[in-house]
Amino acid sequence: MQLEEEVEDKFELNISITNPEKVGDGMNAYMAYKVSTQTTLPMFRSKTFTVRRRFSDFLGLYEKLSDKHTLNGYIVPPPPEKSIMGMTKVKVGKEDNSSAEFVERRRAALERYLQRVVFHPSLLQDPDVREFLERDDVSSACVCALSGAGFLKMINRATDSLSKMTIKMNESDVWFEEKLQEVEAEDQQLRKLHIMVDSLVGHRKELSVNTGGFAKSVAMLGSSEDNTALSRALSQLAEVEDKMEQLHQEQAASDSFCFAELLADYIRLLGSVRASFDQRMKTWQRWQDAQNMLQKKRETEAKLLWANKPDKLQQAKDDITEWEAKVTQYERDFDRVSATVRKEVLRFEKEKARDFKKQIIKYLESLLQSQQQLIKYWEAFLPEAKAIA
Amino acid sequence: MTSTLDDSEKEKARSVSVDLNNDASLLIDIPDALCERDKVKFTVHTKTTLSSFQKPDFSVPRQHEDFIWLHDALVETEDYAGLIIPPAPPKPDFESPREKMHKLGEGEATMTKEEYTKMKQELEAEYLAVFKKTVQVHEVFLQRLSSHPILSKDRNFQIFLEYDQDLSVRRKNAKETFGSFFKNMVKSADEVIISGIKEVDDFFEQEKTFLLDYSSKIKDSTARAEKMTRSHKNVADDYIHISATLNSLSVDDNTKVEGRVASDEELKLTELFRYYMLDIQAAKDLLYRRARALADYENSNKALDKARLKSKDITQAEEHQQQCLQKFDKLSESGKRELTSFKGRRVVAFRKNLIEMSELEIKHAKVSQGAQSSFSFLWDLGSCSCTW
Repeated sequence: MQLEEEVEDKFELNISITNPEKVGDGMNAYMAYKVSTQTTLPMFRSKTFTVRRRFSDFLGLYEKLSDKHTLNGYIVPPPPEKSIMGMTKVKVGKEDNSSAEFVERRRAALERYLQRVVFHPSLLQDPDVREFLERDDVSSACVCALSGAGFLKMINRATDSLSKMTIKMNESDVWFEEKLQEVEAEDQQLRKLHIMVDSLVGHRKELSVNTGGFAKSVAMLGSSEDNTALSRALSQLAEVEDKMEQLHQEQAASDSFCFAELLADYIRLLGSVRASFDQRMKTWQRWQDAQNMLQKKRETEAKLLWANKPDKLQQAKDDITEWEAKVTQYERDFDRVSATVRKEVLRFEKEKARDFKKQIIKYLESLLQSQQQLIKYWEAFLPEAKAIA
Repeated sequence: MTSTLDDSEKEKARSVSVDLNNDASLLIDIPDALCERDKVKFTVHTKTTLSSFQKPDFSVPRQHEDFIWLHDALVETEDYAGLIIPPAPPKPDFESPREKMHKLGEGEATMTKEEYTKMKQELEAEYLAVFKKTVQVHEVFLQRLSSHPILSKDRNFQIFLEYDQDLSVRRKNAKETFGSFFKNMVKSADEVIISGIKEVDDFFEQEKTFLLDYSSKIKDSTARAEKMTRSHKNVADDYIHISATLNSLSVDDNTKVEGRVASDEELKLTELFRYYMLDIQAAKDLLYRRARALADYENSNKALDKARLKSKDITQAEEHQQQCLQKFDKLSESGKRELTSFKGRRVVAFRKNLIEMSELEIKHAKVSQGAQSSFSFLWDLGSCSCTW
């Protein structure tokens, strides 16, 4: 823990994503985001710099990083999902609350994504990351961008092949088996929780609307009321309920941005964690296959010796040497990848705990503030109610 | 399931009307009730110094249908045409919590034990809230009667309080006798008749305008209040699911408060509106009866004129006309009294309710605040551990 904090202190790299701007018109339009970096790290050309990137650029970055690092067992943070619905509204120019909300959600998600990437010590060293942050013009080779479905497919590719494997991996280290089970259980929990929080957001939005309707109705009732003091009190009540409508609306936004988004991020991240486990499986499989192949080659040699075919024997001996080397190599790979996965998982858990703590506290603070406001409103109303005569 | 209400709970429950149980000569309350499946059995307790009763202190068991019988009997009594008859208490409705309980049972397999327990607790609280509410409205109905100078002396009322046998036999007879004549009349097109009448009396003219307008507005407010508190309950339920799933991270206290705020709001605001919606209807009924009496009087005038023209049955017609006039005057006089006191009653009740509701909102928000800030403080110290 101590060491980690020291590293944090040395780590001076702040990234923020701002100013989403619509570029172009119609169906070819897209959102461009300003990516600003502030750093003291020597590997960058300057201390502060800004570039403009679009969503598919982020997806492109992810693809590059994933291609390079996943096979070594690294947990590469996934970007937010592509959303056809959300983007279409923006493209078509629908200027309403839901499209504004969508853009803000995406901006925040992209920011968190980049922050996770640079916080990963190995990924930060990758030149693609540096280029993404620094270079003025990044050609979006990935215009074919990963759709939400495509992304999931990629994650599931690894898990699919895992389930198709009927091998019983001779797990020498039970830590991995246990961890994988934990991850899968967590994934289920998070998904369940996410559904519940979504429900909460929906219901709170409903509450906000219904409170607004009620406020208007009470105002009407107050104007009908012939007792002056009661009439005034009722219209004050209508005002309080109006403020409550606003409060509920804000709280729903907080539920969504603080809580629901956090859960969504980690559901995606767990997908990456699973992918790294699967990668380890794959390297193990490759090692096993090599061992089987070596065995076959040895048998071939034995057969040739017995059949006394000296000319083919040399080939057989060469094969054996080749596969012996492969076996050694693949075993080393497996050990290396296992070590990486283990380190990555531990790192991930630390970061997750920190992330959750930060967000939950933020969420609680928003709830607290709501309550504070609520108290203020009702305390202001109380004398009005008492004044009724 | 038996539920007993202690005094403090009853104090809180007595939300809709102002202290009605003031007159020591006739004190009525419902100290407890039993809930069996669909039926609620109320224990109606009377304490009286009046000699018209056989005993000074006694209790009888009554069902909801008995209250309805009493209400209908009062409505059908001609002598009370000039009075606002307190609205009948609504039927006990356990539909909502029962449906939820059913759904909960079905979904038990998909929930964690903790989640299930929490939901069950919440449902039981909801059940209890409905139960308390129904006891309260039945009690208020009786107390309105006992505090009314004329209605408290009603014979049927006395029977209701005293008769120690099952009332259902009497109820069956009553149905045949009364035939719900008045009830049917009142239900149909009363607004048309009330508004159609040419009003000579300023007071009634104003009352009519006010009541018709207010009636529709309060109906709307009641419906919206119900919608709002239903949404609030949904939010509270969601918190329960979430907190149960978060285990040691639970925003535990928040759910209790959210749930409680929802059901207390329900009890205070919605019930206030609902009660006065019904009461306004009762006031409108009074206006209606008076309007009919006026129409009768006008008809009798026409009949008298006709009789004078024909020189036939003049005395009869004159007598009839006099009767109608008397009836109308009586209704107008008592109607004026009733409507004036109704106004005052309404204002006082609203005041009391709005104050109590605001105080509750503040209280709960403070509790919730306390829970949340202590929780975030603990989180910060790192003494809450992440189990996952």
